[in-house]
Amino acid sequence: MKIGVLALQGDFIEHQQMLEGIGVQVIQVRLPAHLQKLDGLIIPGGESTTIGKLAVDFDLLEPLRQFGRERGIWGTCAGAIFLSKDIHRQQPLLQLMDITVSRNAFGRQVDSFEITLNVPALARVGDTSPFRAVFIRAPLIDAVQEGAEVIASLPNGRIVAARQGKLLATSFHPELTGDDRFHRFFMEMLK
Amino acid sequence: MTEEKATFAVKKGLAQMLKGGVIMDVVTAEHAKIAEDAGAVAVMALERVPADIRADGGVARMSDPEMILSIMDAVTIPVMAKCRIGHFVEAQILEAIGVDYIDESEVLTPADEEHHVDKYKFNVPFVCGARNLGEALRRVGEGAAMIRTKGEAGTGDVVEAVRHARTVLGQIRRLQNLPDEELMSFAKENGAPYELVVETRKLGRMPVVNFAAGGIATPADAALMMQLGVDGVFVGSGIFKSGDPARRAAAIVKSVTHYNDPKILAEVSRNLGEPMVGRQISAIPDSELIAHRGW
Repeated sequence: MKIGVLALQGDFIEHQQMLEGIGVQVIQVRLPAHLQKLDGLIIPGGESTTIGKLAVDFDLLEPLRQFGRERGIWGTCAGAIFLSKDIHRQQPLLQLMDITVSRNAFGRQVDSFEITLNVPALARVGDTSPFRAVFIRAPLIDAVQEGAEVIASLPNGRIVAARQGKLLATSFHPELTGDDRFHRFFMEMLK
Repeated sequence: MTEEKATFAVKKGLAQMLKGGVIMDVVTAEHAKIAEDAGAVAVMALERVPADIRADGGVARMSDPEMILSIMDAVTIPVMAKCRIGHFVEAQILEAIGVDYIDESEVLTPADEEHHVDKYKFNVPFVCGARNLGEALRRVGEGAAMIRTKGEAGTGDVVEAVRHARTVLGQIRRLQNLPDEELMSFAKENGAPYELVVETRKLGRMPVVNFAAGGIATPADAALMMQLGVDGVFVGSGIFKSGDPARRAAAIVKSVTHYNDPKILAEVSRNLGEPMVGRQISAIPDSELIAHRGW
């Protein structure tokens, strides 16, 4: 399996290191040609306005949409925003997943936090022990529409991870924790 | 399952999200919008860009909170603001208004010539300048969650940013070749906390995100710093002291993403209009240099 990390901006190296740690070959994607021969793609955390603008400037929007219709994409934080259908403001989006998202839903950086989540779906990789999730100026998934399913929620019920076929969105950052279960889960999803 | 705020992972985490990006100095809400539209990952809100602080002289202090708040209202990207070195009350005020990062900056006139702010006392994360690994690790030891080279702000001359990046990254390369028994002497010689020396050696990089700053004025300057091995760049006076700020800002953003692709760098460097005028650092008297501020 060969996985791309969208390397326009953000913490793509953290994702790359997690994937390499579980023996996956990684390609950094900055131009449409880099998408060839990949089995899946991760869109990292970063600033969604920056990633969206660069994707437009380097003609990546349509190739990424095409990629997501055929193969798997996982977006973390800014990546989850980029995958969504609607974020209540004008900004370039892939609109691949039937989820609506609110940016900076928890407030400013002083409101960023860590919390432990129960993620039953991680049974797929054989370990459902609680997952330490880091939320940085994070978005929330307001709602999942038909076709998408909730993977994880906060104790108050707000949605922070969703899946639709081979597409995965998390509003937190498994790449920052050293816990590789979500990366293994994504690899399982691609099979 | 309760949430924990202001952990070091959360503080450092925002800097990790800024990697591969450009943080731009802005003095008005209008500038901030231009920066956001150009693809900036964050803005640094301040009353005067370093080139003007340099030209005006006098004491440079924290900006008016009203001005910072107007910028926070204008954009959705993170907003940083500067406090003076050691001025922990300016830092408290910046935290109270909700800025996303504080730059304890040598660009402002230092408030304390021996001590920096105890950054562990704050929930808001800090970025600090450094000229070498020892200085960088002292700042991390005080709780900084992000480091930038100092360069020489407000000059448009990249030479000091290059010197500082080469020094920090070169020291890390040398550190990796040292046997265990030489680490304590390395820590002593460089005035760096021993535990952070050990951690840096193990990681093969600084334990926090490391940006370049101070004198970056063109897409080529930004790509140069990226190729040297920094995680992203700050551009201060270089954008809004140039002829066409929106165009130059967008070009620098692209140059940081495609820093290793000379064809794209050539393309984005075309027709940017006048760069900032700039001052050659070697022609500036020592008394006017600011990078030596910090202890």
